[in-house]
Amino acid sequence: MSHEFLKLFEIVIASSLINNFVFTRFLGLCIFFGVSKKTETAVGMSITFTAVMMISAAASWIIFNYLMIPLHLQFLKIVVFIGVVAGLVQASDTIMKKIAPALFHKLGVYLALISTNCIILAVPIINVDEKHSFLESIALALGSGIGFAIALIVMASLRERMEVANVPKVFKGLPLAFIITGMVALAFSGFSGLISH
Amino acid sequence: MSSDLKNTELFLRGIIQENTIFRQAISLCPAIAVTSTVRDGFMMGIAVLFVQTMVNMTVSSMRSAIHPRIRLPIFMLIISGWVTVTDMLCAAFAPGVYATLGLYIQLIVAFASILAAAESFASKNGVIKSTFDGLGRGAGFLLAMIAISAVRELLGKGTILDYPVLFGAKPLLIMILPAGGFITAGLLMALFNYLDQKFSKKAA
Repeated sequence: MSHEFLKLFEIVIASSLINNFVFTRFLGLCIFFGVSKKTETAVGMSITFTAVMMISAAASWIIFNYLMIPLHLQFLKIVVFIGVVAGLVQASDTIMKKIAPALFHKLGVYLALISTNCIILAVPIINVDEKHSFLESIALALGSGIGFAIALIVMASLRERMEVANVPKVFKGLPLAFIITGMVALAFSGFSGLISH
Repeated sequence: MSSDLKNTELFLRGIIQENTIFRQAISLCPAIAVTSTVRDGFMMGIAVLFVQTMVNMTVSSMRSAIHPRIRLPIFMLIISGWVTVTDMLCAAFAPGVYATLGLYIQLIVAFASILAAAESFASKNGVIKSTFDGLGRGAGFLLAMIAISAVRELLGKGTILDYPVLFGAKPLLIMILPAGGFITAGLLMALFNYLDQKFSKKAA
């Protein structure tokens, strides 16, 4: 039991820090550069994103293992997973509007954006490729959510400061954001070797 | 709402004014992830070019049959269908490349640029125009991929397409690390801005 728990913990740490999706696997960059202009939106996005990702990882795991494997439809996984994600995003949009309008008002805009985030599709695909168990899949989703949140919030705080800095005109905005991301990524490579096998 | 631009203009627009990576800054994930060698960047660019063109063709030829309210799911279905085709073709004909590119090819599904092209262009224009639009956008992406990967491979490994060109000079390890990808993309973006500024000043 404790060994299993340790394994789950390891997946969370590995996917949030060592193999951070943004800095070492370069996924979810569109959203990363899109919503990292203000810390407040970054926090909202991270919360919504982590929640949706855990649900969609769980749903995709169940569908893949109990529906697609028995029917030998593994080759359709891309089509099915994107459908699951898009459906879930649409569903949570509707449910949130009905049940928690205040929350929807705050986080609703991010929901629509999530379906174009590649991390949300990468997590189910990685889960399938690595043959993760149900709990491991959720641990990976949680870890990647946390990792994305860390990346987004760090970047947003940096970019807020950058707004007032006097930089050459051609570098203003995205080019500089890229270069800074490169430097943060370099810092994150210091986490490699945190877990030794 | 059909576009008045000529086919060649559409093609060039995708490469320059609306360059997916340098201008619109969308679909960035593979631009950093698979550009550590020119070969990988080139293959990924070709895959995107193929998917983009085929999706534009499919969407524009079916545009009168798609009900506007359910258009997004239909577009996603078309895109994921073509991505699956590309994924299988790549796995069958280039297994070596597939080993490194596999995940990223599958993730073409989540490319904002392809969905955006289907939504904003192909669903409103004829098949031939949409094909040129798709080719232009795909080519713009391909060129950006080649540019980024050429810089990274040259500086990071000292080779171009696996031919050594830096005689004896020690390559910079950082350029093939993830961080190098971001930095190269940022610098190239700034260069693109600079050239564009200079060019448009001359024209004015």
